[in-house]
Amino acid sequence: MDLRNTWDKWPDANGRFGEFGGRYVAETLMPLVLELEAEYRKAKQDPAFAAEMQDLWTHYVGRPSPLYFAERLTEHFGGAKIYFKRDELNHTGAHKINNCLGQVLLARRMGKKRIIAETGAGQHGVATATICARFGLECVVFMGETDVERQKPNVFRMRLLGAKIVPVSSGTGTLKDAMNEALRDWVTNVETTFYCIGTAAGPHPYPEIVRDFQSVIGKEARAQILEREGRLPDAVMACIGGGSNAIGLFHPFIDDEDVRLIGVEAAGHGIETGMHAAALNGGRPGILHGNRTYLLQTDDGQIIDAHSISAGLDYPGIGPEHAFLRDMGRAEYLSCTDDEALEAFQLCTRLEGIIPALEPAHAIARVGEVAKDLGKDGLLILNMCGRGDKDVFSVAKALGMDI
Amino acid sequence: MGRTRIEAAFAKARSESRAVLVAYLMAGDPDLEASYSALCALRDNGADIIELGAPFTDPMADGAAIQKAGLRALANGTRLTDVIALAARFRKDDQTTPLILMGYANPVHSMGYLTFAEAAAKAGIDGSIIVDLPPEEDAPLRAIYAQYGLSVIRLATPTTDEHRAAKVSEGASGFIYFVAVTGVTGAGSADPAAIAGQVAMVKRVSGLPVCVGFGVKSGAQAAEMAKIADGVVVGSAFVEKAGDAHATGRFEAAAPAMGALAHELRVAIDFVRKA
Repeated sequence: MDLRNTWDKWPDANGRFGEFGGRYVAETLMPLVLELEAEYRKAKQDPAFAAEMQDLWTHYVGRPSPLYFAERLTEHFGGAKIYFKRDELNHTGAHKINNCLGQVLLARRMGKKRIIAETGAGQHGVATATICARFGLECVVFMGETDVERQKPNVFRMRLLGAKIVPVSSGTGTLKDAMNEALRDWVTNVETTFYCIGTAAGPHPYPEIVRDFQSVIGKEARAQILEREGRLPDAVMACIGGGSNAIGLFHPFIDDEDVRLIGVEAAGHGIETGMHAAALNGGRPGILHGNRTYLLQTDDGQIIDAHSISAGLDYPGIGPEHAFLRDMGRAEYLSCTDDEALEAFQLCTRLEGIIPALEPAHAIARVGEVAKDLGKDGLLILNMCGRGDKDVFSVAKALGMDI
Repeated sequence: MGRTRIEAAFAKARSESRAVLVAYLMAGDPDLEASYSALCALRDNGADIIELGAPFTDPMADGAAIQKAGLRALANGTRLTDVIALAARFRKDDQTTPLILMGYANPVHSMGYLTFAEAAAKAGIDGSIIVDLPPEEDAPLRAIYAQYGLSVIRLATPTTDEHRAAKVSEGASGFIYFVAVTGVTGAGSADPAAIAGQVAMVKRVSGLPVCVGFGVKSGAQAAEMAKIADGVVVGSAFVEKAGDAHATGRFEAAAPAMGALAHELRVAIDFVRKA
């Protein structure tokens, strides 16, 4: 299924999406990112690479994921028909594995035997550890101390899978610090190591690579909705941390000008409180982790810690292509507070019998308004990018329950 | 334009048949007053060139010592404008010692390249090393620096082959900072024999002096590096002195300790006679 579109011209040769993106890395890493880009161009042309990926997607990950009509949620809101793209049914329980699989196959082509990754909620770490177990590769996962604490089930899963977890206490001990530490490891172990980045950010070519691998979500969803409803949706929605599940859903629809692309950022305690993770709604352009994009930062260019109940959205930046889509006016970016996400988490669980991860619960919290806005004849797809098993402890805690 | 302060510093060392000593300190650690005293102490004890570290919350190429120094500087409110003001204060009484701002792109980007370059040049800063602005990304800054006579100092590393060295040299001036190890600042130490050929290659390709840093802490190590390069950069070892002063609460102890280390390094470097 090859759905090329006019937006494939981004990123340009310099790795830019308009004025965002780029390769802002230490010189030690420049030859590596250039080599990765060259290797990726070759892999993209290689039918054997695509075939290997497709085979594993089908038989190991369980793709295509279903497109499900969320009937009771639709009735509840009384607006547009709401479909869920069920990427939480993938092996390991989230969309992250789509990308990990692709990147680890690339690493194997490049002869790298050691894979490192950063993780926030632990979903990318689990997915990376899983693929590394599958291929017998060494796996080291950097995770902020705070996140190690609030995502215990995933930490244990990664250990079971044979990964080494490095709790990161430098800086403020969250996802951004885990990414700093992974970059420090990479700069130290350049010969042996492949850095498997989990979100559509980082230096070029990572935002492009992650987008391409995650675009399987949107490609499938587009074909599935055409088959089910005989037409394209009026809107597609996804939560945004770094933005990998959202760009994967959005990208195959970018040329369909009548399809609204709606991302939902984490507003934490509320954007006005300063305690949030909404880089697009509450940040400004800057340079971090290899790319120029919207960032939470002080007036002096120091990075501000993000805050979200969802560890997967708790990042002060955003993928550069989202920054571009926003400034071009092609995509809309809403936000949702911790409390709203918790409510949506429970609502979806009760009405649909699907426990969503806290990340997509942010998108669910805004779906009612969008559905009403579109009206009864409307049609929308929401990416259920992860399941909520990992979050039951933190949700119980937030609701004041002891389990 | 006449000879720059950086060029003059290398010319002076050459005339004395020795390598230059480049010292790094984090501005604002343990506080700005101590940093000013440290600048003077480093100069008075033989540092030929001083790198003035600008703190950043997310220094992804730095090891623990400089990470912590940056956080200490930020915790006491050091802003990029303070770093520039510190340089200006030093420059009032010192017209010769080159000052190079070293840090990360975002604070400079946030201030605006033009505003920064204007302020830096006015303060008597001679150039910058922006760790995460490789040649592919520094064209806008470079164009502005050219108007203000500021040097773009680039990094070369063990991953830099001859082809890449040519890229690194494009538009670079002052000197090339050769990172001796793949890794972060303050970690590990390089074997001079292993990098000597590469240092010579970078010097040939760039036509600029090459200074070697990362993992150089002692006089003995500095002397080894002085044999293969035009200069030796020491950072984390100085920063640790500031850290000690912070830990004891005796901020005034930072400058003498850093001065003593500079003296030790300089004596060791001077011992190596260069052709």
